[in-house]
Amino acid sequence: MVSTTYTREEILQLLSQIADPEIPVVTIQEIGMLQDVRMTESGCEVIITPTYTGCPAMGIIEADIKSLLDKHGINATVKLVYQPAWTTDNITDIAKEKMKKYGIAPPVHSGCDVAKAEAHIACPQCGSSSTEQISRFGSTACKALYKCNECKEPFEYFK
Amino acid sequence: MADTNQLKYIYSLRLADNAWILSHRLSEWCSNGPFLEEDLALTNIALDLIGRAQAFYNYAAELESKGRTADDLAYRRNERQYYNNLLVEMPNGNFADTIARQLYTSVYEYYFFMSLQNSKDETFAALAAKTLKEVKYHMVHAADWVVRLGDGTKESHEKMQQAIDNLWMYTGELFEADKTDTALAEQGLGVDNPSLHSLWEAHIHNVLEEAKLNTPSAEYMQTGGRQGIHTEHLGHMLGEMQYLQRAYPDAKW
Repeated sequence: MVSTTYTREEILQLLSQIADPEIPVVTIQEIGMLQDVRMTESGCEVIITPTYTGCPAMGIIEADIKSLLDKHGINATVKLVYQPAWTTDNITDIAKEKMKKYGIAPPVHSGCDVAKAEAHIACPQCGSSSTEQISRFGSTACKALYKCNECKEPFEYFK
Repeated sequence: MADTNQLKYIYSLRLADNAWILSHRLSEWCSNGPFLEEDLALTNIALDLIGRAQAFYNYAAELESKGRTADDLAYRRNERQYYNNLLVEMPNGNFADTIARQLYTSVYEYYFFMSLQNSKDETFAALAAKTLKEVKYHMVHAADWVVRLGDGTKESHEKMQQAIDNLWMYTGELFEADKTDTALAEQGLGVDNPSLHSLWEAHIHNVLEEAKLNTPSAEYMQTGGRQGIHTEHLGHMLGEMQYLQRAYPDAKW
């Protein structure tokens, strides 16, 4: 099927509705996984990058992209790239705000400097910076477990 | 297949095998961890390694261009066709044994991928840069535990020292270079493996010193992974890992 009726910008617009399967309040565009759309003769190629190499959500994201574009009659292929590597800096400020409201502490520093990043994570519930790491690893590959010393609530940190 | 592509194929396959086998070992901790958070930690690391294995198997399959897929490479080769280091196939043992294996491996991988990210091969460089970010996490996790156990109770100290000593003879192999390593390093595509040895040893020594543990000094080192010659443990692992694809070829979910 030839998709002459949609421009690259319109396709990007459509794709920006797709939610991250593991953090449904943010979209794949806001989290920085949606890299680009390239128009091809038969449709388009969607370029995505994983947050972590073993991210199990990639299969679902690929299926979501294809099914959404298919509904609009657009023939799409999905390409997974590792360059440039995703970092927490790819997450937009809007997404960080949404994560916080959702109860996940958004990354404060670039994930490259582990020690620095883990020093002062603010509690997404009460805002206190008196928090403590329980485990470097959480419910998904991209999160760590913390607890707040003020409000005593446990929370997750997007690493 | 052009010569360089053949070499890159072997190189990519080895990197995938190392990640794949270690990933399976760590996944054996699932629901057996000492407590919930640690259970999650070990299986999270296993997940990173599966992702890495998949990426390098995909690249190997592409370089080989014989129509084999990443799954074919993972599930349809025999023991002697696996080229992982012996260290990663070592059984989990007690928790200290697993942590010692994690320390030796992740510190090695840290220096290895730091160097590989400068590869002139774009795919190697990109995957290395991505992997490095994850390896840093694995390394901090392992080092924290080595210090906690080494500088802990009398029993934890003894077990940690024992684990460090037992696995030491599998560390020499990490820094070997056969003709594939040497040729790719000379072309700026791969890593000058032997040059990482002193960096690794200094790093390990610092961690062990902080943990009040002794750095082993034994010189005898095991070898064989690069030639596909393994310990008895790999065959048992593959039996479990490959059962489904061998019994029901091309089975789909």
